[in-house]
Amino acid sequence: MLRPRIIPCLLVREQGLVKTVQFGAGKYVGDPINAVRIFNEKEVDELMVLDIDATAAGRTPDYKMIESLAAECRMPLCYGGGVTSVEQAKRIIGLGVEKVAVSSAAVENPRLVGEIAGSLGTQSVVVVLDAKKRAGRYEVMTRNGSRATGRDPAALAGDCERSGAGEIVVNSIDQDGTMSGYDMTLARAVRAATTVPLTILGGAGSLQHVADLIASFGVIGAAAGSLFVFKGRYRAVLINYPNAAEKDALLAAARQAS
Amino acid sequence: MITIIDYGLGNVLAFANSYKRLGVTVAIARGPADLARSSKLILPGVGSFDHAMGLLNASGMRPALDELVIAKHVPVLGVCVGMQMLARASEEGREQGLRWVDGDVCRLDSPGAHLPHMGWNDVVPRESGGGLFAGLESDARFYFLHSYYFKTDREADVLATAEYGAPFACAVRSGNIFGVQFHPEKSHRFGMRLLQNFAVLH
Repeated sequence: MLRPRIIPCLLVREQGLVKTVQFGAGKYVGDPINAVRIFNEKEVDELMVLDIDATAAGRTPDYKMIESLAAECRMPLCYGGGVTSVEQAKRIIGLGVEKVAVSSAAVENPRLVGEIAGSLGTQSVVVVLDAKKRAGRYEVMTRNGSRATGRDPAALAGDCERSGAGEIVVNSIDQDGTMSGYDMTLARAVRAATTVPLTILGGAGSLQHVADLIASFGVIGAAAGSLFVFKGRYRAVLINYPNAAEKDALLAAARQAS
Repeated sequence: MITIIDYGLGNVLAFANSYKRLGVTVAIARGPADLARSSKLILPGVGSFDHAMGLLNASGMRPALDELVIAKHVPVLGVCVGMQMLARASEEGREQGLRWVDGDVCRLDSPGAHLPHMGWNDVVPRESGGGLFAGLESDARFYFLHSYYFKTDREADVLATAEYGAPFACAVRSGNIFGVQFHPEKSHRFGMRLLQNFAVLH
């Protein structure tokens, strides 16, 4: 039976890991390779690494870092940040990354997703949509939440799927770093508009939030940043992840509640 | 020595690192000369069928690989698209496959099972798989990321199945040629066990 995926999402800024709140200034939480090694030991389902400054700073992907992350990862890796062309996506896949995520570039260049899917296969292309509530409705933002697109996340997710995206990641800017729970309304809207695997990011503050998401959606990706890098109410940096027994219990509880 | 075929695609370093942890020496082959001392081969692959076949064809290693695998019966393990490349052809592309295992690669089309098939799924070996699934007979979970699967001509070539909408072959074997659809190099202790099993196969 295919299982839901519980995915730590790591944000890279100036070669270090940071965790943001509502896309604001990040708190330094450690070294990427060290984090990967700890997540290896914890047998995480999958890992997502997003270089959040690459596009905003007009930088190309840091291939050296990506190569060392991919070599170290004993779990599947999704990389995003600064990818604007098929050639870049090919190079990243060539370094041993399973999935390449595009975000701003996918919105700004609607042909890009189709081009990457055409050359690498749909399963290798992920579209990350950062959504924010504005004037009572959701809107996709790009470039680290600084640029409004006027696009509705569910409609845009559907367009990306038709273009060849193999997975959609929806990130709630409002929930980011708040640890107050996923935006279930946003998740429902995007789920209804798509059939490819969907991953929800933004707001998870406890394993109960993860269980709630899985209870509502079944096989889904539950991604989180803060939850897996902070511990306790003072947010001490401590990389953590449910062990096999805790994960089984969480999935069983989610099944019962669904 | 186990040789990982590096034709510019796939998790070459992840395989190398996994074997390093297992204390098994491996080599990485980037051209025909690097293949000479291979006693076993790993053929990784990600992405699309045509992209992978195109790169392998351009690598100059095809004749040496045919010689090793077909004439000298050197065991080979194809992984993910590397497994699909063992076939005659794929519905995903127009390139010919390696034609080492009789079968074709078809789209996984099961009602209610959305593509791609992505995530951790249970794998049920048919038997110990000639040793490849030793110790994994009753509890085996691997990471999958694909929309196509290997349809063998002979049912006997199916080594293990997984279920996604319907059961499908997720591991195949024809003599010295093995293939797995999932990613053992990205499947924690289950994958480490399978890679170790491949290393000690006779």
